[in-house]
Amino acid sequence: MEPIISAKNVSVYYGKKQALKGVNLDIPENQITALIGPSGCGKSTFLRCLNRMNDTIEGCRVEGDIIVDGKDIYDPQIDEVYLRARVGMVFQKPNPFPKSIYDNVAYAPRIHGLARNKDELDNMVLASLEKAGLLAEVQDRLHEIGTSLSGGQQQRLCIARALAAQPDIILMDEPCSALDPIATAKVEELIEELRASYTIIIVTHSMQQAARISQQTAFFHLGEIVEVGKTEQVFTSPQDSRTQGYITGRFG
Amino acid sequence: MSFLPLIISLLAMCAAGYWYGSKKALSSHSFAGQQNAGRPHLYGLYVVIWGVIPPAILLILWGVFSYSSIDVSGGIAGKIDKVVFPSLITVAAILGLTLAVRQISPNLRARKTVEAAVYCVLILASTLSVFTTIGIVLSLLIETIQFFEKVPYQEFFFSLNWSPQMALREDQVGSSGAFGAIPLFTGTLLITLIAMIVAVPLGLMSGIYMTEYASKNFRATVKPILEILAGIPTVVYGFFAALTVGVFFRDVGTFIGLDVVSESALAAGVVMGMMIIPFISSLSDDIIMAVPQSLRDASYGLGATKSETVINVIIPAALPGIVGAILLAVSRAIGETMIVVMAAGFAANLTANPLESVTTVTVQIVGLLVGDQEFDSAKTLAAFALALTLFAITLCLNVIALLVVRKYREKYD
Repeated sequence: MEPIISAKNVSVYYGKKQALKGVNLDIPENQITALIGPSGCGKSTFLRCLNRMNDTIEGCRVEGDIIVDGKDIYDPQIDEVYLRARVGMVFQKPNPFPKSIYDNVAYAPRIHGLARNKDELDNMVLASLEKAGLLAEVQDRLHEIGTSLSGGQQQRLCIARALAAQPDIILMDEPCSALDPIATAKVEELIEELRASYTIIIVTHSMQQAARISQQTAFFHLGEIVEVGKTEQVFTSPQDSRTQGYITGRFG
Repeated sequence: MSFLPLIISLLAMCAAGYWYGSKKALSSHSFAGQQNAGRPHLYGLYVVIWGVIPPAILLILWGVFSYSSIDVSGGIAGKIDKVVFPSLITVAAILGLTLAVRQISPNLRARKTVEAAVYCVLILASTLSVFTTIGIVLSLLIETIQFFEKVPYQEFFFSLNWSPQMALREDQVGSSGAFGAIPLFTGTLLITLIAMIVAVPLGLMSGIYMTEYASKNFRATVKPILEILAGIPTVVYGFFAALTVGVFFRDVGTFIGLDVVSESALAAGVVMGMMIIPFISSLSDDIIMAVPQSLRDASYGLGATKSETVINVIIPAALPGIVGAILLAVSRAIGETMIVVMAAGFAANLTANPLESVTTVTVQIVGLLVGDQEFDSAKTLAAFALALTLFAITLCLNVIALLVVRKYREKYD
């Protein structure tokens, strides 16, 4: 199967410091790809290349090609705003806007003009909340401020907000690292459900999480991909000694 | 007896006390090996404290005494003042120093006394400014009450006529002025409004540019330059308003066939607005910077452009803080004096036309207090009434602004 995202020889520099050194990675459609590795290994940097969020960081330079759906996203012709609507992102810390739950989810449909009228917008908001498994909990308080929810609910609100932009691909940057185990389990369950309709790339520090939910795993170390393969394979019979060291907890 | 020799001799005694005290602590054999005794200079300071406190108490008593005995000039009071007190003070200092020196031993906890003295000095320093403020308010209040004994408050607050000309001598005609403050407050309001119309959009936009659009290097260069604007003395702005902007507006007015006076409210307001721009831009800059980066990321991550992010996320999140900044700026504009003294007029016109000349509260306070005047006439006292009203208004604005800003801070910290 043709990969939906294909990164070829990607290097990233923050000023003079090189954060990624010639990374190659293919990401198959409708699968969950986990990026693991010790802190500062470049996995978040790589994730942020995929929707050009690195553009917002001053002094950041990206080399190499990243092909999403057959198009080079660093082509000057490409509109990064459109790209980011197609490639959604969920961040490490839940970051709902200080607006109502409804307005949080309606944010992307409004700025992209996805809904033609109020009814369509209502439907989009409700459908996104439903997909994120949050609707039942917030149905009768859609107009309360989003920051009044619990941490886990806030993170699912952020996922709903990303879904409302109608993306194909969702990037998740340690989405559970600020959550307790129960909220984490709920979010993981949600991520697995979303796999049916979305391609998901998740950065995680928890190897158990990577093993539980992902189909493909890439192990980053010092700005390079050391090993990539089927999750089962990477965790049961790693080829590289560094991977083995990391997943058995000997370093990192 | 003048103060200076007394002070100098006291200082010399204290210095000697410090030197002797630390020397004694240093040389004494019994101190050897006593870890908890403290370092020698603490004993020196201990001696100095006891050399300062008794004379200080006496000095305060002296001050109170000579103030209350002002009426009994000469005679016995004068003698006590000149001879007895200075010698008493000297004796007290010597007594304090010698007693303190004798007390020095390893068991004396000099450290505690020194710490307590530091504590007292710090408290004194911080309460002093509070008491000064209270003193200012009280003096304003007293003079204002006197004013309202001469002029009914209904006239001051509700009359539309301001012309505080009083007779200099009892027999002069036209001895009673008019003290309706409304034209002054409407004038202040008009000029403040013009200033805000200039300063709020420009300041806010420059703040947004600095935080969201400018590169780090640009920001590092331009922000200090903008802040220099805030450091220009207001009298220079006044010059600029009176000599350049006022004349410019008048000429433009003549050119397009409008009658603009050279001391128009417009000129004063525009220049005051320029003065306030850096104030607003710097405050809103700080407030916008405090909006968490994660909110920006969230918005960009959903495909919003920079301006969409600014309008939909950053300004709403920063709004309470921005409102606070604007209120602070308004209270500054209301209290601003020099620009309006130089650029606005003295005539108390009740008008909303910015092309005419208006006067402000601060201008009238200056006008009332400049030159020769008796301090119990209604004219002079009117200045205090105006000042107190102005103070009350700016105080309220500041309190509201600070509450708004604080409420906003709590949300993100």
